[in-house]
Amino acid sequence: MIVAERKPFDEIKNMVSSYKKVLTVGCGTCVAVCLAGGSKEVETLNAELNLAFKKDGIEFGAETLQRQCDMEFLAELDNKVDQYDCLLSMACGAGIQFLAERFPNKPVLPAVNTSFIGVNLDVGWYEEKCRACGQCVLAMTGGVCPVTMCAKSLFNGPCGGTNKTSCEIHTDQPCAWLKIYERLSGQGRLAQIMTVSPPNDWSNQKPRKVIQPGYEERIKAMHS
Amino acid sequence: MKAGSKLERVLKAGHFAFTGEVGPPRGANVNSIREKLKHLKGNVDMVNVTDNQTAMVRMSSWAASLICIQEGVEPNFQMVCRDRNRIAMQADILGAYAHGIRNMLCLSGDHQMFGDHPQSKGVFDLDSMQLIMMVKKMRDEGKFLSGADIDVKPEIFIGAAANPFAEPFEWRVHRLAKKVAAGADFVQTQCVYNMPKIREWIRQANDMGLTEKVYILPGVTPMKSIGMAKYMQSKVPGMDVPDDIIKRLQGVDKKKVADEGIKIACEQIAEFKEMKGVAGVHLMPIEWEHMVPEIAERAGVLPRPEV
Repeated sequence: MIVAERKPFDEIKNMVSSYKKVLTVGCGTCVAVCLAGGSKEVETLNAELNLAFKKDGIEFGAETLQRQCDMEFLAELDNKVDQYDCLLSMACGAGIQFLAERFPNKPVLPAVNTSFIGVNLDVGWYEEKCRACGQCVLAMTGGVCPVTMCAKSLFNGPCGGTNKTSCEIHTDQPCAWLKIYERLSGQGRLAQIMTVSPPNDWSNQKPRKVIQPGYEERIKAMHS
Repeated sequence: MKAGSKLERVLKAGHFAFTGEVGPPRGANVNSIREKLKHLKGNVDMVNVTDNQTAMVRMSSWAASLICIQEGVEPNFQMVCRDRNRIAMQADILGAYAHGIRNMLCLSGDHQMFGDHPQSKGVFDLDSMQLIMMVKKMRDEGKFLSGADIDVKPEIFIGAAANPFAEPFEWRVHRLAKKVAAGADFVQTQCVYNMPKIREWIRQANDMGLTEKVYILPGVTPMKSIGMAKYMQSKVPGMDVPDDIIKRLQGVDKKKVADEGIKIACEQIAEFKEMKGVAGVHLMPIEWEHMVPEIAERAGVLPRPEV
């Protein structure tokens, strides 16, 4: 899932202070699961904002959509946004941008910082696992991502900074390449990392699109 | 000859190489580097010029390497993957070669969080293995990484680093093999204090035939104080300082600790001279350049060969 964290309250307060009617928009998918921007968090944030702006008379509405990264769900707001002069989104960066695209005449403000693609370690505790590099090498590396889990994103680790079993950046951070080594060693697959892994294709540093097989014609027709 | 550097000539002639190190200044203080080089000239075959070591901004390593050349000391231009992408790397390699630099040491680099600009973006476009491969391709094929032709190729003697003491130990010799396969001509190691471990690592490298393909120069850094030894034991990632070393330093009179540190270093060098598969020693006297003449003298590596 995409993991996000709510922005510091003062930052949100400053963003909305010049508006009169604000609609706080939650998202019911990833950010709800990671306790950053679902309906409960919308409720909590609005309660805090109401308290802070009691004297200023700012009104805060609340809506939580199933997904803000899907126009079908954003359409549910079409008849509601006119009553507001600003939208405060609690979705990830993708959802916030899609909301802003749906309602180009309304200021759309982010209430969360999008952190990463990660996993649930425990309630309220998440760890990054994927950088969405677009060139997955998990088959080679025994299911441990060198791009994300190695602080230097090395493809031929472990570097000399391996500190006992941890990364040089912190003793709490395990060395990804030690894990890769141990995993592959246990599976008898060390041969996979014996050869030099060539320079990676980082051409992912531009806006990307994916069209799944079978949908090319449909999309071409939409654009013609 | 691959590059014809003095280091390559020394090694090729079968001499026991003795290399040094100099850290560029935290500013444009040319005199400070010239001063350090005075102590190194004639006492080592070449000096490593560190590249923003520990991610602290310093005079660039290629620029400081040129000052070495002016002073008559052969530089080993260090390049880390942290601060440059593959375009800047290739450009700097060409520029360095054009100005007479003939040795390079290809490194990943310490993570930027350790330096004075922890907010900076670590580039790590290539890793050290891939950098070695790229320099080799530029030198041997006369091609850029992209495959395009180079107009006058850079003939560089390619160095790599190895840390036999970082985990997992049994993988380290294989990583050395990968660096050799990538194109390393010589390897300088992390500072050695754990002699049994380096003996074992060299033995493995001998068994795998690696020492016939690459010149290995173990790193030696004399301990200046008990505090330094304890700091290196507990605070420096990937450093292996056995308790015996600390006990030995503690066992001598306070005024004799630095001398004991040099004594340990000289004993190590004496053993390395006799060790099969070891081609020399890399001396890293951290901010102790003025002691190099004495250390070289006591280690019995003078005079340096004229090749």
